[in-house]
Amino acid sequence: MTVVTEQGMAWDVVASTPDPELPMLTIGDLGILRSVHYFPGRENGTGGEVVVTITPTYSGCPALREISADVRSRLTRAGFPGVTVRTQLSPAWTTDWITPAGRRKLAKSGIVPPPRAPQRTGPVPLTLGPAPSPQCPRCGSANTELTAQFSATACKSLHRCNECGEPFEAVKAL
Amino acid sequence: MRAWLTLTTHADDFDGSPYDLLAQDHDAGHRWAFGTGFTDPLEGIDTSVPDALDPGALARYCLALGDDALIYSHRLQQWVAHLPELEEETAVANIALDLLGQARMLLARAGGIIGQTEDELAYFRTEKEFRNVRLAEHADRDFAEVVVRLLMFSTWRLALFESLAGLGSSSAGAPDPVLAAIAAKGANELAYHRDYAASWVVRLGDGTPLSHAKTQAALDALWPLLGELFRPGPDALGTVDPGAFDAVIDTVLATAGLDRPAAAPLAAVGGRAGRDGVHTEAMGYILAELQSVARAYPGATW
Repeated sequence: MTVVTEQGMAWDVVASTPDPELPMLTIGDLGILRSVHYFPGRENGTGGEVVVTITPTYSGCPALREISADVRSRLTRAGFPGVTVRTQLSPAWTTDWITPAGRRKLAKSGIVPPPRAPQRTGPVPLTLGPAPSPQCPRCGSANTELTAQFSATACKSLHRCNECGEPFEAVKAL
Repeated sequence: MRAWLTLTTHADDFDGSPYDLLAQDHDAGHRWAFGTGFTDPLEGIDTSVPDALDPGALARYCLALGDDALIYSHRLQQWVAHLPELEEETAVANIALDLLGQARMLLARAGGIIGQTEDELAYFRTEKEFRNVRLAEHADRDFAEVVVRLLMFSTWRLALFESLAGLGSSSAGAPDPVLAAIAAKGANELAYHRDYAASWVVRLGDGTPLSHAKTQAALDALWPLLGELFRPGPDALGTVDPGAFDAVIDTVLATAGLDRPAAAPLAAVGGRAGRDGVHTEAMGYILAELQSVARAYPGATW
């Protein structure tokens, strides 16, 4: 029973780590946490180890490194001194793995959650012409436009609402 | 490779002063700001080479694809703070960052096989040891060249990564699972790069007489560099169908009202080009800038 409890506790500690670039979301909400395995140590309580597997959002995302350092320090503070953080590339992360709770938190912060990522079987089709722009998260108007395909971070695009005049960000489908 | 310097506050670690966060020693003193520390980008991944593959050939191929991304990323980084609008600054910087991430994983894949770190490969090789295509090293003279070159490069690289990842209908994917995974991840990013470049080529080509003339001039100037992309070489594990590449480029050119150039490919030197370590004059200047700090202060950390 102890193992189950420790396992669950380790998962909770890791899953509640905030994302450095979208701090309203945890890595559990983002869906980049692949697994947490607790390996119990000896009877005297030494040698227990937690192996955490996370996946990068974008290849160059500098947040991954910060997340891994955060996961380590959170687990240490929670009483799990032995921590290994692993990276997993395949299958590649998709914004479809953002949980319903994560999507709600994004929307509440004024960031439009992504539409469903396209399911492709062949080559990626070229998109030309004005890109679709989502509803304004503030006033709900559909009269919005894309102002930049890349925003302050690679994972977001920048938009403007033509009704209320406010700029807003949206997470891109990936 | 150092990625991005950005100060940030972690919601739960924030205890009043941002300086407290900087002072926290997460990593034996090697970290003072967001993104300054770095580890093996393939940490914890099974990096054994499948038996059927020649490890040397796999390393050479990953190095070539990594060099394309590293050198291209550096060229894009040089444009940051010189672009026409703030929106293009963030776009070009983010594209450069994606390519730097791809470069790190590919150099780490190559380096893991031949026993070198990504930093040794990026900072301590000579010009002749770099295997990037010559298109990657070109110095863009104006914004039209930035977007035209990015359209060419991202269209080709996306098709190649789809082939390596087994995403295209005709390919089973690279026989190395690590390379296939890096390609699958990168393909998602390259699709955005290509759309960005294509939309600007259309806007400029179909814009004013001046923007049209500059974009056509950029196409004419860069076209000869395309030839090398379709000489895959003996180590290649993926292919790009020239017909599929042409179909994308021709669609963009037709929408933009631009003419497809008829220029002949840039000649190789004694049959050797970028993939063989024979580069254009531009390459030496890139390496001088890219490598100067690491060579002046080997092993330095900050």
